[in-house]
Order: sequence, then C-alpha cells, then structure tokens
Amino acid sequence: MQWKVASPRRGPRARPAVAGCVAWAVACAACGAASAARADEVPAAVLDAQQRRIDAMRRGSAAAVAIFAGEAGGGSGVLISPDGYALTNFHVVQPAGVAMTCGLADGRLYDAVLVGLDPTGDVALVKLLGRDDFPHATWADSDAVEVGDFCFAAGNPFLLATDLQPSISAGIVSGTRRYQFPAGTILEYADCLQVDAAINPGNSGGGLFDAAGRLIGVNGRASFEKRGRVNVGVGYAISANQLRNFLGLLKGGRLVDHATLGATVATSADGRVVVSDILETSDAWRRGLRYDDEIVALAGRTVRTVNALKNVLGTLPAGWQVPLVIRRGGRREEILVRLAGVHAAAELARIVEGKQQGTGRPAGDGEGPEGPGRGRDGRGDGSPDGKARAAAVPAAVQPFYEPRRGFTNHHFNRVELDRVVRLVAAAAPQPPRGRWTLVGRLATGEPFRIELSDTEGVIDLPTGTTRVDATGDLDENPSPPGSGGMLAALLLWRRLLCEGPARLGRTSYWGGVPLDPRSLGERGVPALGDMLESSVAGVELRWTVAPEGMVKGVDLWTAPDADPCEVRFDAVSPDSRADLPPGMPASITVRHGNETFGVFRVESAVLAPADAAARPSEGGT
Amino acid sequence: MPSGQPPGTIATWIATWIATWIATWSRALDGFRMATGLGIVACLAGVAVTVSTALASPQETIAGAARKVVKIHGAGGVRGLEAYQTGILVSPAGHVVTVLSTVLDADDITCVLDDGRRYRATLLGVDARRELAVLVIEGEELPAFTLGAADPAPVGTRVFALSNLFNVAVGDERVSAQHGVVSALVPLEARRGGYEVPYRGEVYILDCTTNNPGSPGGAVIDWRGRLIGMLGKELRASGTGIWLNYAIPLATLADGYAGIVAGGAASAEAAASGPAAATRFDPASLGLVLVPDLLDRTPPFVESVAAESAAFRAGIRADDLVIAVGGRSVATRAAVQQALAALAVGDPVRLSVVRGGTIVECDLGPRPEAGRNRATPGEAR
Repeated sequence: MQWKVASPRRGPRARPAVAGCVAWAVACAACGAASAARADEVPAAVLDAQQRRIDAMRRGSAAAVAIFAGEAGGGSGVLISPDGYALTNFHVVQPAGVAMTCGLADGRLYDAVLVGLDPTGDVALVKLLGRDDFPHATWADSDAVEVGDFCFAAGNPFLLATDLQPSISAGIVSGTRRYQFPAGTILEYADCLQVDAAINPGNSGGGLFDAAGRLIGVNGRASFEKRGRVNVGVGYAISANQLRNFLGLLKGGRLVDHATLGATVATSADGRVVVSDILETSDAWRRGLRYDDEIVALAGRTVRTVNALKNVLGTLPAGWQVPLVIRRGGRREEILVRLAGVHAAAELARIVEGKQQGTGRPAGDGEGPEGPGRGRDGRGDGSPDGKARAAAVPAAVQPFYEPRRGFTNHHFNRVELDRVVRLVAAAAPQPPRGRWTLVGRLATGEPFRIELSDTEGVIDLPTGTTRVDATGDLDENPSPPGSGGMLAALLLWRRLLCEGPARLGRTSYWGGVPLDPRSLGERGVPALGDMLESSVAGVELRWTVAPEGMVKGVDLWTAPDADPCEVRFDAVSPDSRADLPPGMPASITVRHGNETFGVFRVESAVLAPADAAARPSEGGT
Repeated sequence: MPSGQPPGTIATWIATWIATWIATWSRALDGFRMATGLGIVACLAGVAVTVSTALASPQETIAGAARKVVKIHGAGGVRGLEAYQTGILVSPAGHVVTVLSTVLDADDITCVLDDGRRYRATLLGVDARRELAVLVIEGEELPAFTLGAADPAPVGTRVFALSNLFNVAVGDERVSAQHGVVSALVPLEARRGGYEVPYRGEVYILDCTTNNPGSPGGAVIDWRGRLIGMLGKELRASGTGIWLNYAIPLATLADGYAGIVAGGAASAEAAASGPAAATRFDPASLGLVLVPDLLDRTPPFVESVAAESAAFRAGIRADDLVIAVGGRSVATRAAVQQALAALAVGDPVRLSVVRGGTIVECDLGPRPEAGRNRATPGEAR
C-alpha cells in the first residue's frame, strides 16, 4: 500500500530536544576525527570526494524549507528561485490554506503564500516573502538519472526541524520511471523516481538531490505496510522534469490539471499497446486516432506498456499539444494531439475546496473581478462569508492573495501577465497602427496579399478575395473558407502587437508550453515559451510567446470543442529577415484540423502609420 | 551520474560513496561505535581504492545483475497475502531459485524478465526445510548467476538488494535496487505470526530495509555484481519481535538448489501437488488421517489410521483427539498440521491424544522426509 507522507500535526516548538540529525554537520565532525586519527591513511581523493558531498548537502540544506501549518501539521519544501518560489506537495499545503509559515536553515521564519496547485500531481507552488536573494536549488535533468545513482533528501521528517535545520537522508535511486496509482483521481505519481534514502512522514514536499546537490525531484510518497508509518526503504519523488513542465502553469496561480488522451488503452494479446476506447469528442479522435490503433510513442517517448503511456501522460499538463505516433495496419503515422484535462474545471475546484477548509477560497466568486484590491482588503467579496474567509488570511500575505474561481491565487496570474507584456514590449517597438499590407507567395509559388486594419481584414488568394469586418464579432463565418478563421486571427494578432497583450479583451496568463511540440524527446525538458489566453470579439485565442518576446503563434477557436485555426509565425524579424519591420514573420503557416491551409512566404510587409487609415471606434470587447 | 564513465573516474566514484558511508555511519552510531565504524570505513576505503580499477560503476553493476532477476506472479492477492515475489535466474536454461511460499501455490506461475519477456514457469521442486523452490522457464541462453561453493561474505560487505518489492516494477520495468551493508552472519531465530520458523541456518543480517512484500527471492549482490544471497520471507525476530532484514547465504542456496535438482522424481512428485502440500507437512505421511478441516477451528480428531503406519505402530486409533504435538498444545486441526510442519526432518514426532477421558502419549519416531510419502488419495487437505 502507498500513502502520502504528510506528517501528523506537531508544532514547531513541540520538542526542541529532538533536533534533526544533519548528516553533513556530523560528517564534518566525523571527517575531523578521521583526519586526526588516520590522516596519513586517507587518500586525498577520498577527502576531496567527501568535501564535495558535504558541499552538495550544504547546498541542498540551504534550499530546504520547513513548512509549518499550525495545528494542521506540516512538511517540507524546496526553494527554486531567488525571489522565493518553493515547490512542495499539494497534500502538505492542503490543510494549511493560502498562508503558511516557513523556516529555512538560516534559522529564520518567513511568511509564505500559496501560488498554484496541481492536485492530480500532488504538487503545490508557494512563494516565500521578504527577500529577493533566497538560496535556491538548481535543476538537474531527471531523465538522465540512473538506477544506482547517489541521491539525498533534505527535509523535515517527523517535523523534527524545530530548530529549522533540515535533516538529510542519503541513499541510491532504486528505480526510475515508476508509476504509482492515484488516490481516486488525484495524487498520481507518474514517471517518478524511487529511492532508498529514508522518506518519512514530514519529508513530503522536500527536495531530492543528486550527488552534485542539484534538484532531481520532490519527495512525496512512500510505501508503508505492516511496519507502520515509517520508512521501509521505498520512497517516491516527483521528477524534476515533470515539475518543470508544470512550473509555468503553477506560477500563473492556476488550479492545474493533468492530461488525458481521451482514449483508454489496453495490452493486446501480442503485447502491443492498443486503443480500447476513445471519446469521439476528443482531439485525438478528430486527429484520426481510432479503436485498435497501436500507440508507438507519445510526446517523443517510446511506449511499450500501458504503464509507460500513463507515465508519459502523467508528466504533461492538460492543454499541451504533443506528437502521437501510432501504427495502423503496419503503417506508422505521426499526429499532433491537443491533450484534454483529466478533470472538469469545476470538479478540480470541488476537490480542492473539499480538502481545503477555512481558507480564503471563495465559493461564489464568479468570472468578474478584475479590479485590484479584491481579496486584498477583504472588501471586494460582498458576501459576509467571503469577508470571514478573507479575514483568515494574515495581513502580511493579503497583498499577495487574490481569490478567483478556477485559480489558486489570481494575484500571481497578474504578475506573470505583466512579465509577458513587458517581454513582448521589449522584443519589438509597438508597430504603427495604420493599414498593414503583407505581400508574398504561397508554397505553390502563387502570389497572396493580406491587408489588416482597425476596420477590416482582406486577403487575396489565387482562389479569390475574402473580406472580414474587424469591428464586430469574429466568430461568424470563419474566413477564408477552410482556414478556421485565419483573417480573424491575423486581425487580433495585429491588435495584440499594437496595443499589448493586456489590453486585448480579457487576457490572462496560461502557462508554459513547448515552443516546438515535435521536439519533445526521450530525455530532458523541452524549450518552453509562455502562453497567453484571450477572450475577445466572440473568439477564444491562445498565444505562444518565445522567451525573447516574439509572438510565435496563435490558435483561434470560434466554437468550443471545434478545431482551432492554428497560425504559426516563423523567422520573426529582427531574429532573421532584417528587411522586414520588427515583429513581422518571414513565413506564416496556417493549419486547420488535419489540413495545412497554406504556407505564406512574406516578401514584403508595409506597416502604414496610424493617420493613414481612418481610426474606428474600439469594438468587440 | 552517467554510466560508462572512463575508468579513471571510478575511483572517484568509490571515494564519493565512501564519504556517504561516513555520513551514514556517523549518524547511526554513537561516539564509541563511531570510532569503530570509521576504522572499518577507512579499511574499506583502502580496499575499494585498491580494487577500483576492476570495478564497474554501481549503475552498471545493478543493471547487469538486474537482468538475472525475475518478477514472479502467482497465487494470492487476498487477506494480506501478496500474489508476487522475486526469483533469481541460476542457469541459462531457465532455472529460477526463489522462496517457497503461497505465491507458488498456483497452476499458473509467471516469470517476467528484465526486458519484459514473460514465461510460464513450472515448479521443479522444493526444499521445505530451507523454504526454497526451483522453477523452470523455457528459455535459452538466459542471463544467469552461477551457484556454487562460496566463502561467506564478510561482515561489512557493501551490497545491493534487487527485488520486486511492493510489485512496483511491472513488465519491462527493472526491479528495485537498494543499498546496504552485511551487518552479521547469524543463525535465524524468527517467527511468522505466532509460529516459529523451523529453519535455523545462518543468514546475513542487512542494515537496510530489504525484506518487504514482494522482496522474497530477491538477489543480494556485492559491488562486483556477484550473488551472495537471496532475500527471505518477511519475518520477525523471535526475541525482539522486530522485522528482520536478512538474506539466505549463497552456500545454503547452492545446497538447496543442488538437492532439489538432484532430488529428481521425489522432489518433483512432491511439487506436483503444489508447494502447500510440501510446506504443510502432511500427517498422512505418518499414516494419520485427521477429520476434514471444514471449520475455522476444526478439533483435531483422528478420522482413521493407515494400517502398519507409524501412527498405527504408535498406538493411535480412530476418534482419538490430538491435544499436543511435542508437548505443545494444539487446539485445531490446522495447528496440528502447523506444529508437524515446524519439525525438522528426523525430529521425533510425539503426539498426545485423548481417548475415553485419558491422555495417551504416542511416539511416532523420526519425522520423515517432506514429500517422500505422498498423501493418500482422497485425503482432505
């Protein structure tokens, strides 16, 4: 049987005599004793190696967080950035609510606020407040971890860190890519690391480090059975690479969901993994996945067993688009599939609300609140119920907490949105607001001409001319026909570049996404960009922004559960093609459903100044 | 750290590990013992550095040995009995040594190799006293350990334990690897529930929690990848009640394996009726037929006594009530069977029975070899 390893309640001052056994400190003493007794017999290489180990453990200790949730118990965490972001387990913060007290090895206590939750993966992101120079762990590639590798955990087992000094337990990696079934629909440990370093109650949420002291995972679970709730040499850690896939979503203050294909699989008699059932509303179905198709690979990882597929899926956030390789009748085929969520949004909220009582989470908070201050001073939520909850958030944490349905803490969505807005603004100066004219050739060699302005969008194609009114709703008659709404997407792209993302209808930060889904592989973390989500003029959009601030793509939905129009901007100036104005792509690829609508090679782009075109009234939002 | 490193870095690796041991030991031991521990560690350091050029990395050692360990699936899955355990490949032809347990009490036993290959296994034979069993899978040129005479691994030997603990590895997933040190080589004094384990041979005591559900049959190897023992069942120490982490030494394993393979017909015949018949020593081999075990607490009445059997010669008669085996009181039919099974081969079998309100002591002579005398057909088990 497996159980999560949150510690039962025990206050920080419960028993000061029982200090955590900090191995590196003792090791220092041991080292001193050894060198005094037999200095001449210990080879220098051994002493060097020992010193490296001590240093690694010291680094791990510095990044270790002791989380105290008052009467509710507590656990561990690990700092991952100088501004205080720390990872821990959902099941550790779940009883604590939105505010908690955290201790570091420097002997000081810090206020911390809940940022994002991933109940399915048993992950929570919190932010320690008050410093911008926190010691923090550096990431290691957890896909490169091998069975037999040395590892150590730094944490707060049995809540021993009453003096805030973390305990170290060392061991080896016992297994990689383990799959541990969820409890109900949450707390699933997929593709996790198994270690024989002691993981005890209270170690939950703490860091698992490699020999160099780099973070390879977050401990959270152990196999317990007849020997009671103590370590039996079998602990599990969420892999660093999974955590990095989800980090953007968590930083956006979201209530994060895991991915499903919308299909179930089974092992066939000859040992292949085949589709045994599939939802006809799923993207996988629309992309062509059918019953009895063999799953060969997902997201760049080979799939040979049902567990292997669960492992890959468990590391991916809902909403990512990933390549799926299938085999049907001996033919191999690769399709890009948009992954759906394991839970309905409301279902996930209910799970968290049910588990998290007496916190600032509002029950009746609708879509509405945009104005700052809501939740900060307790006045924004009109209901007396809401007031009572807001009052429960300590004063130190209130400026960093804003409740909103569907979010863990909407305050941090603003923080991330602001960051991306600045990123986009820094990448290219705001382009002129007049009529934009893009001229070039299709992949077939035939010419095209695109005109975009505040009032209309026009496209000339060999097949004819299409016109869209830019002042009304854009969800009717997606055009040109067969594109899924290419002109609408380009018109809103123009507005996004001119006005900045924050002013485009209702826009929020979505999270991190792979810049190139087809680059996902067996090992390592993909290159991630930021995704923004907009709702404007009757359509829903998701924008991909490169780390350098260029807008690399947009997906536009005119109706939910339909295929979006997917527009990709390649070789965006000034990255390449310096002859084009900044922010303009040398190539635009438009896909809809399973078809590529067109590849547009831009030969010239003319962006007229604002006064060159009549300025219409703002519309659509 | 990646595998396949150049040899030059291996010494560093060993050294790195030793630093860990210092930390581990110093944490575990008090002041006086720490000094001893450091002494041993220092010695180990010397040894490790000397031989380091010949050693593969721990990752390579584990990967190589794990290919010779199989996941076994069989009977169980109810009432806290696992339906899985571990086995060790000991011949390229597919002989698998494992622990004799209820998992093997199934018509369908499956062995899954490191690469995901699945084989249906047949039970070749068992050694009830050592609680060993040998399975055979139909493979060719399989990776295997070699069983043979071996000196015991000295106390302080660093080991890896490879096992299918908690059944976390399925299909082509590798069994779990744990690390530890041989703490002692001592006679096993253990119990399972309230029942003393009959085996009294020497076992390695390990300093890590190796004996978990699914671990029985797991391989214990040294840092050169050589098999030194096999993990046993989950047992508690008789004296203290603590759970033991132990392994059956290679020499015992080799003896048991040789016996089972050489035992041929007799052994295989015993195996044919399932290992339970062999573990639970059958009173019928003494000529004693007890009433069918229909209730939770069936009283151990004698149903019948075979003519010219040991029981007959000892004076036991139908309708006698067995109240003690070897002076230990037994209240149920199951307790009689368990008490008889607890006796080693050759131990005197003494029963106390009640007949007409009088206690009669009966001496049945030495306990026969397990499985030599088959249960009479029709006898209820």
